[in-house]
Amino acid sequence: MTVTLVLVIAMAVLFSCGVYLLLERSLTRMLLGFLLLGNALNLLLLVMSGAAGDPPIGKTSEGIADPLPQAFALTAIVITFAVSAFLLALIHRSWKLSRADEVEVDEADVAIGRERDEAADEDPETTTDAEQEATR
Amino acid sequence: MTWLVPLLVLVPLLGAAVALGLLNHQKLQRAITVVVLVVALAVATTLMVLVDQHGTIVVQVGGWQAPYGISLVVDRLSALLLTVSASVLLIVLLFSIGQGLAADDGEAPVTIFYPTYLVLAAGVLDSFIAGDLFNLYVAFEMLLVASYVLITLGGSEQRVRAGTTYIVTSLIASAIFLAAIGLVYGATGTVNIAQISERMAGLPEHVQLLLHTMLLIGFGIKAAVFPLAFWLPDSYPTAPAPVTAVFAGLLTKVGIYAIIRLETIIFPRPQLNTVLLVVAVLTMVVGVLGAVSQTDVKRLLSFTLISHIGFMVMGVGLGSVVGTAAAVFYTVHHIVVQTTLFLVSGLMERVGGTTSTRSLGGLLKAAPLLAALYLVPAFNLGGIPPFSGFIGKLGLFRAAALDGSPLAYVTIGAGVVTSLLTLYALMRVWDAAFWRPRPAAEAAAPHASVAEPHAHLRSPEPAPLTVSEETGKAFHPGGSVTVTDAAHASSASSPHTAPTATQGGVGEAPTRVKLPRMLVGVTTVAVLGSVALTVVAGPLYGYATRAAESLESPDRYVQAVLGGTTR
Repeated sequence: MTVTLVLVIAMAVLFSCGVYLLLERSLTRMLLGFLLLGNALNLLLLVMSGAAGDPPIGKTSEGIADPLPQAFALTAIVITFAVSAFLLALIHRSWKLSRADEVEVDEADVAIGRERDEAADEDPETTTDAEQEATR
Repeated sequence: MTWLVPLLVLVPLLGAAVALGLLNHQKLQRAITVVVLVVALAVATTLMVLVDQHGTIVVQVGGWQAPYGISLVVDRLSALLLTVSASVLLIVLLFSIGQGLAADDGEAPVTIFYPTYLVLAAGVLDSFIAGDLFNLYVAFEMLLVASYVLITLGGSEQRVRAGTTYIVTSLIASAIFLAAIGLVYGATGTVNIAQISERMAGLPEHVQLLLHTMLLIGFGIKAAVFPLAFWLPDSYPTAPAPVTAVFAGLLTKVGIYAIIRLETIIFPRPQLNTVLLVVAVLTMVVGVLGAVSQTDVKRLLSFTLISHIGFMVMGVGLGSVVGTAAAVFYTVHHIVVQTTLFLVSGLMERVGGTTSTRSLGGLLKAAPLLAALYLVPAFNLGGIPPFSGFIGKLGLFRAAALDGSPLAYVTIGAGVVTSLLTLYALMRVWDAAFWRPRPAAEAAAPHASVAEPHAHLRSPEPAPLTVSEETGKAFHPGGSVTVTDAAHASSASSPHTAPTATQGGVGEAPTRVKLPRMLVGVTTVAVLGSVALTVVAGPLYGYATRAAESLESPDRYVQAVLGGTTR
């Protein structure tokens, strides 16, 4: 199988940037990361379809581009589109609710941490905001 | 009868479209949703019988023959899971309808619930009949997108937060799966599962290993096996009870189904079986230790869910017919029981106003029937003898003992410990929520409990924290100071409306809580269903064994799909 090196490098860059952004706490960056990741995957599907340059439709079955990966990429694009729309709605909702697009720490986790500290202090009344900050 | 197969996807999807068009006619919407799922259940049951009598049914969609077109394959494993899933979907739908009818507007499902639920159903059912890796991916995406909507239903701050964890994890899992599909296509030139199975054996060992690992990681995140499961207890408990129930019952099992297919059809050689067994042990033990340490019923159940996924992975990892059969039986058992337990926890929340074991109490007196409804599936999950959980575990342990390797015996030990600890965790809930009298906070003011709604009295946190939570939000737009008990937030966000009525006399008389009849009825049906698994355990186990036998070597599957016969 022949592979275009440029596409592979572009794919690698998109993958690494996408994963990096996806692991951020900010929802907007996550969306950007997801978009990059989606494009990296589309490139991967294209690379897997073999050498570039063949026409999509030909008179004989020889020497035409493989249509199947293109169909995959199209489907993947549609799915990426739908999920991005949903993520945008989610970001909007989060912004309306809390004026922030950061993902917060799980409250139950914080509660468990707080309980542990309380057990050590043996005084539940003194749990202040500062302490809760510290437990995180 | 091949025309029946596409109906499983088409009917829910068309139903979803119609239900979406009827947003303003809630009654009609509900009726359509119920009818659609009843049809799906009927089709699935018919297929289950047909497949058992006549062998695998293959549909070449649009008449395009196998390697080129998309194949839909229903073998015994698919048919069994289709039937169980369709029944669980229907039960949970009825529960959510009951909840919508019983509660005030605040708690009623938003109108988008029913169409989304049908899309989820279509996705789940489609993933069981996909005979094509890419079709499986599309099915996964269908159910995932629907689940994104359901998990953030209502869009409260908590659910947005929990939903984000879930969504990002699922996106990464899908990305890995899609990348694996791309690589599989590059390596074998096909995405048809049967053809992949034929060509995979000819590939170099390291290529096989890469593809195998990538697919396994993708499915493992969905199935929530040990190192890839930490998203689950973080995100499931915040969703509404019926949503959590259906997610717990079905979404993880779709991952397990994919793993079973992967290990039996695509990679039948025991390449990663040792890894699977180690993962199974870790999933069981780590999951159940998480469950033991939790104080919130829903979170505790989420951890038992993870832990029991380990049992199914164990059956698959043994790589024998007996092991696969036991895994299939256990999957069926677990779908039903775990869903039932989550439905019961929804009822407990309704009666007690919270799901925190710390502030629940006295439920035995308040709702004796609920106590029975909790105890039966709890024993079942823990593996107490007459129930199907025991039979499933026994089958798994027998398969492991037949395997005889040291690692297999280690998994038996881990399985036994896990069962005991599961029982311990569930009995701790029983002890706290049902057995003991109401907690001290309420005992201090027993008379007030009649007059005031329970949510106030049973909130686990003192009132000032709510204030500080609000001011915290106001002063820190980052929102990072919001610290409440999850249970507290849920009791505050869902105004608990169950009417209370004193029985008999003054003060000391137990307060009976009247639950909506439909909710209790549906949950009772679910519990009876889980008990019925014991009654029909013989035939069911036989079916699971036949399913495993037809998976013994991939040849049958390959022949059914590529042979071009529609039998």
